[in-house]
Amino acid sequence: MKDILQELETRRDTARQGGGERRIDAQHAKGKLTARERIELLLDEDSFEEFDMFVAHRCTEFGMQEQRPSGDGVVTGWGTINGRMVYVYSQDFTVFGGSLSETHAQKICKIMDMAVQNGAPVIGLNDSGGARIQEGVASLAGYAEVFQRNIMASGVVPQISVIMGPCAGGAVYSPAMTDFIFMVRDSSYMFVTGPDVVKTVTNEVVTAEELGGASTHTRKSSVADGAFENDVVALAEVRRLVDFLPLNNRQKPPVRPFFDEVSRAETSLDTLIPDNPNTPYDMKELIEKIADEGDFYEMQEDFAKNIITGFIRLEGSTVGVVANQPMVLAGCLDIDSSRKAARFVRFCDAFEIPLLTLVDVPGFLPGTSQEYGGVIKHGAKLLFAYGEATVPKVTVITRKAYGGAYDVMSSKHLRGDFNYAWPTAEIAVMGAKGAVEILYRSELGDADKIAERTANYEDRFANPFVAAEKGFIDEVIMPRNTRKRICRAFASLRGKKLQNPWKKHDNIPL
Amino acid sequence: MFKKILIANRGEIACRVIKSARKMGIQTVAVYSDADANALHVSMADEAVHIGPPPANQSYIVIDNVMRAIRETGAEAVHPGYGFLSENAKFAEALAAAKVAFIGPPVGAIESMGDKITSKKIAQDAGVSTVPGYMGLIEDAEEAVKISQEIGYPVMIKASAGGGGKGMRIAWNDDEAREGFQSSKNEAASSFGDDRIFIEKFVTQPRHIEIQVLADSHGNCIYLGERECSIQRRNQKVVEEAPSPFLDAKTRKAMGEQACALASAVGYTSAGTVEFIVDGDRNFYFLEMNTRLQVEHPVTELITGVDLVEQMIRVANGEKLSITQKDVKLNGWAIESRLYAEDPYRNFLPSIGRLTRYRPPAETASETAVVRNDTGVFEGGEISMYYDPMIAKLCTWAPDRGAAIDGMRNALDGFEVEGIGHNLPFLSAVMDHEKFVSGDMTTAFIAEEYPDGFEGVTLDDRAVRRVAAAAAAMHRVAEIRRARVSGRMDNHERHVGRDWVVSAQGQNLGVSIDADHEGSTVTFSDGEALRVSSDWRPGDQLARLDIDGETLLLKVGKISGGLRIRSRGADLKVHVRTPRQAELAMLMPEKLPPDTSKMLLCPMPGLVVKLDVEEGDEVQEGQALCTVEAMKMENILRAEKKAVIARINAAPGDSLAVDEVIMEFE
Repeated sequence: MKDILQELETRRDTARQGGGERRIDAQHAKGKLTARERIELLLDEDSFEEFDMFVAHRCTEFGMQEQRPSGDGVVTGWGTINGRMVYVYSQDFTVFGGSLSETHAQKICKIMDMAVQNGAPVIGLNDSGGARIQEGVASLAGYAEVFQRNIMASGVVPQISVIMGPCAGGAVYSPAMTDFIFMVRDSSYMFVTGPDVVKTVTNEVVTAEELGGASTHTRKSSVADGAFENDVVALAEVRRLVDFLPLNNRQKPPVRPFFDEVSRAETSLDTLIPDNPNTPYDMKELIEKIADEGDFYEMQEDFAKNIITGFIRLEGSTVGVVANQPMVLAGCLDIDSSRKAARFVRFCDAFEIPLLTLVDVPGFLPGTSQEYGGVIKHGAKLLFAYGEATVPKVTVITRKAYGGAYDVMSSKHLRGDFNYAWPTAEIAVMGAKGAVEILYRSELGDADKIAERTANYEDRFANPFVAAEKGFIDEVIMPRNTRKRICRAFASLRGKKLQNPWKKHDNIPL
Repeated sequence: MFKKILIANRGEIACRVIKSARKMGIQTVAVYSDADANALHVSMADEAVHIGPPPANQSYIVIDNVMRAIRETGAEAVHPGYGFLSENAKFAEALAAAKVAFIGPPVGAIESMGDKITSKKIAQDAGVSTVPGYMGLIEDAEEAVKISQEIGYPVMIKASAGGGGKGMRIAWNDDEAREGFQSSKNEAASSFGDDRIFIEKFVTQPRHIEIQVLADSHGNCIYLGERECSIQRRNQKVVEEAPSPFLDAKTRKAMGEQACALASAVGYTSAGTVEFIVDGDRNFYFLEMNTRLQVEHPVTELITGVDLVEQMIRVANGEKLSITQKDVKLNGWAIESRLYAEDPYRNFLPSIGRLTRYRPPAETASETAVVRNDTGVFEGGEISMYYDPMIAKLCTWAPDRGAAIDGMRNALDGFEVEGIGHNLPFLSAVMDHEKFVSGDMTTAFIAEEYPDGFEGVTLDDRAVRRVAAAAAAMHRVAEIRRARVSGRMDNHERHVGRDWVVSAQGQNLGVSIDADHEGSTVTFSDGEALRVSSDWRPGDQLARLDIDGETLLLKVGKISGGLRIRSRGADLKVHVRTPRQAELAMLMPEKLPPDTSKMLLCPMPGLVVKLDVEEGDEVQEGQALCTVEAMKMENILRAEKKAVIARINAAPGDSLAVDEVIMEFE
C-alpha cells in the first residue's frame, strides 16, 4: 500500500519538474518565473487545486512518442484570490516551449467549461511558442476549441489574459477575445506574424519588442490594457483587479469593508475648474477624490489618454468610471477614445458594474484623418454602448458638454439615471465663439458686435441651467459634495431593474 | 487705535498681519492681483481691492494702485509686509502726503539704510562693528603687509575690478600677504586690465546672525535677541532659529546694544533687523539693516512672546513701547523651516501648479511644544509663477533646541503637500544632519554638504527597521481587509499569515507579526522586536504610528505592487511579501532606469508648439530644439551639447507629460 501512495508522490514530483532543472534555470535567467511559480503568486497560499496533472500528448510523429511529459506544457486548475474562486491555466515554457497541442488545448477547455458552468473568472497566463508543429492540424483544432470557449464565456465570466512570454500567430486570438490583456515589460510580446515574416513580406525591419512588446500594445495598438514591470508585480496587480470584478454575470460586483467617509466633502474640488475655460485640469484628481480611499484601477492608461477608464469603489462596491481628460486633446472624443471607452462600458454592463461618467467634452475631434478613419462609426460605438447599458448610470458634467458629444457621454436621453452638473458646466450645442460665427455670419466683420454677441451667448448658454430647466440635468451640485451625491445616487439605484427588448443580439457598429 | 488698515502684500505675510489686526479689533483691507482673486489673504480680510494684473510690477508694487485702494476703503494705515513696497521710500512718502500711517520706519531710516555704503558709514559712526578693511590705493607688498597686520589676519586681498574668485587671495600671515598681494595684482592686471587691490578682514566660518530691534517714536529702542539664519541656499534663507546655538550672553548683549545704537542713530521706529556676519571666534561685523518685518520673525515671537506685528501697529499709532529691555526674556528654542515650491530633486527648480493636497500639521501650543504654520495657501489653491515660491513657514518651539528639532522632524513628516514639487524632504534632511543638530554650521552649509544637489535621504538601519515594522503591520491590516471581500467560498477563506519579508532601501527584512488588540509586535529574523501601534486604516495617506514608544509619521501611497513611504526626507518603495513571494521576487531582474542622457525629456506637462529641428539635423549647444507651452508660457528647450537628432517622437500639437521623450540624440 505504501508503495502505491509513494508512486503518486513520485509521479507528482516528476510532473512538477516540468521541463527539468536546466530549462527552469533558463526560464529564470530570462527574468521569467515558471508556470507553477506564477500560479503560486496569483492565488492565495495553498489554494491551488490542479487538474490533469498527468495528461500527456498523443502525438507519434517526429519521434514525439519518446517524450511524453506529464501535464503537456500547461498547468490548469482552480484556486482562490482573497477567498474568491477563479480558474487558471498557466502555460509552461519549459515543456516544449509551452507549445499548444491537442491535449494541452483540451486541458484549457476543461477548466473553461467548468468556469462557465460554476460561474468563476478564467485567468490565462500565456507563455507559449505557438502551435505544436509536430501535431499539425490537431494543434490548430485545439486553438479553435479554445477560441470557441472564449466566445461562449464572454459576458458570462470575466476572462483575463496575462502575456508573460511569447504569444504569436494563432495563439493571440484567445487573449484577444478575453476581457483584459496585461503584459510584462521586456519579457513578453504578441503578434500575428513575427519580425522574420514581416521582413520577407513587407521588407520592414522591426524587432519583436517594437512589433509587439508591451509598450507597442499599451501605447499604439491598444491590444493590451496594461503593462507591468515583472511577473511578480503583474500577478499582484491581477489579484488587485480581481478584487474589483464580479465572479460572473449573475452576481453583483463584490463589496469589501471600506474606511472612507461616504459624505466626505472635498472643498478643493470647488477650485478644480480653472477660471479660464481653455485651461486644462487633471480629471484624475476628481476621480481619486471621489473614490473610496482614493483607489483607482486604471485601464488602458497609456492609450487614448483623452478619455480615462477604470474601476473605483464607492461604499466598498465596484463602479466603472469613464471620464474625459481635459489635459489631453482638451478631452475631445475621437476614434481611439470612443473605441476605448465603448469596450469598457460594455464590459461593465455585461457584468452589472454601475457606471459613473465624468464629462468635460468640447466635441468630436475634427479632421480628415478622423473622418477617413471612420469616426462616425467608432463614435457610434460609445453612443451605442451607453444607450444599451442597463446598469445604474450616474453622470456628472464638470465643465463642457458640447454638441453630439454631450449626447454620447451618458446623457439623460440615453437612459441616464442621475445626470448631475457642477455650476461650472456649460451644456450647449457648441462653444460661444463657434455658435456666434454661425448665427451671426453677416456681422463677422464687426469685431465689437461679435464680441457682444459672444458675451450674450455665454451669459445665456454657458451654464447648466438651460439644460436643468428642461430636466436634462436632474440637479446642479456643489463640486465639494460630489462624492456624497454620487454615493447616494448609486445607493438609491441598487434595486434598479431595466431590460432591453428580446433580441438574438444587437448589431453594434463594429 | 486705527479702525482699518490695508495690507499692501499677499500670501502668508498678508494673512499673518490680518491675524494680528483682527486680534486687536482692527478691520483689514487686502489688495490682490488677477492671479490672487481666490487667494487666502483675500478671503481672510474684511475687504479686498483689486489692484491689477498678475505681475507684481503691474499690481503689488504700483504705488498709485495701492494708494487708490487706500482711498477707496478709507484705510488709516498700511502694513507693507516684506518685499514689494516694504522698503520703498517713495511709497512711505506718498503715504505721508496722504496722511496715512505707514506701519514701518520713517522715510529717512529707509533711505539711509537702503544704501550699502551709506549704511556702513552710519554704522561705523554709531560704533557698530563693521568688516575692517582698507579701501585706498596700496602701493606695494610691504604696505599690504602693514595694512594686513592692522586689520588682523586672516585677510582677503581682492582686485577692485575682480569677480568670480579671480585676483582673490586669502592670507594668514605676512608672507602670504606679501605673496598674495603680488599675485593678485598680476592676475588683476592681466584679467581685468586694472591692478588696483584692496584688503579686508577675511571672515572665517561665517554665520549669519541678525538682531531684531523694536523702537518707538518716543526714543525707546529694545532688542529681542537674535536669529541665526546660516542655512541658506544662494542667499535664500531656508532654516532659521532663535536663539543662535553659537552666541554667548556677552556677544548677544554687545550685538544687541550695537543694533540699538544704529537704530537710534537713524531715528528708527517700528520693527527692524540688523544683520551681522559672525566668525568662528564670535567676532561680529555689520552687514546691513532691513527696515521691515523679516520673513523669519516668528522665531523671535516664539521665544519672546512678543507679537511683532502688533507692536509695529502700536508704534505706528504713536504708542510707547510697553516693554523695556529688561522685560525681554528669551524662553526656549524656536526653529523655522521655509517650505518652498521648489523641487529639490531637480536642482530646486521652482514648481508651479495646483495644490491637490495641502494638509499642514495641526497648530498646537502647550507648555512644552508649539507648532505654528504661517501660510497663505490652501488645498485646491494654485502656486502661481508670478510670485515668491514660498508655500509656508513651519515653526516649532520647545524648551530646548533638541526638542525643537525633534518637533520639527515630526511636523515636517506630518505635512502633506501634493501636486507640486517642494522642498519638504530637503528640510527633513537638514533636521537630521549632524552638523545642524550639533549647531556647527556656517553660511556655506548647503553648498558644502550638498555640493551635487540633493538626492534624497538614505535612512540608517535603525530607521529602515522602524519603517519596515510599520509597513509590515500596515500591510497585514490591508491584506486582512482584502480577504474580507464578498463572494468568498465559505469555509475556504484566505488565511493571512504572520510571516512577511519587507523590502525597503535595498534590504530584505524577514519579520513575524503577532497582533493583539492594542497593536502588533513585529519580530525581525535576528530576534529584535518592535512594538507597533497605530490607528492607521487602509487608504489613510498619513500614518501616525507609535513604535516602541516613539512617534513615527509616514506618508503612505500606492505604487504598482507595493507602497510608497515617505519619512524623514526619504522616499522609499516598499514591498511587503510572504516569504515565498519574496523568494520569487528575488528572481526578478533589476531594471535600470533608461539612460536619458541621449534624450530630450519634456521638463513639465505641456503642449508642443513648435519643433525647430528635423531628424538627422546636427545641433550645437544652446540651439533651440522645440517649444513647449505650459501654463500659457512658451518654454524653449535647447540642446545641452552638440548632437545629431536621431529620432523625434513628438509633433506640434502633442500634449506631453513630464519626462516624456520628445526626441532622441545619436
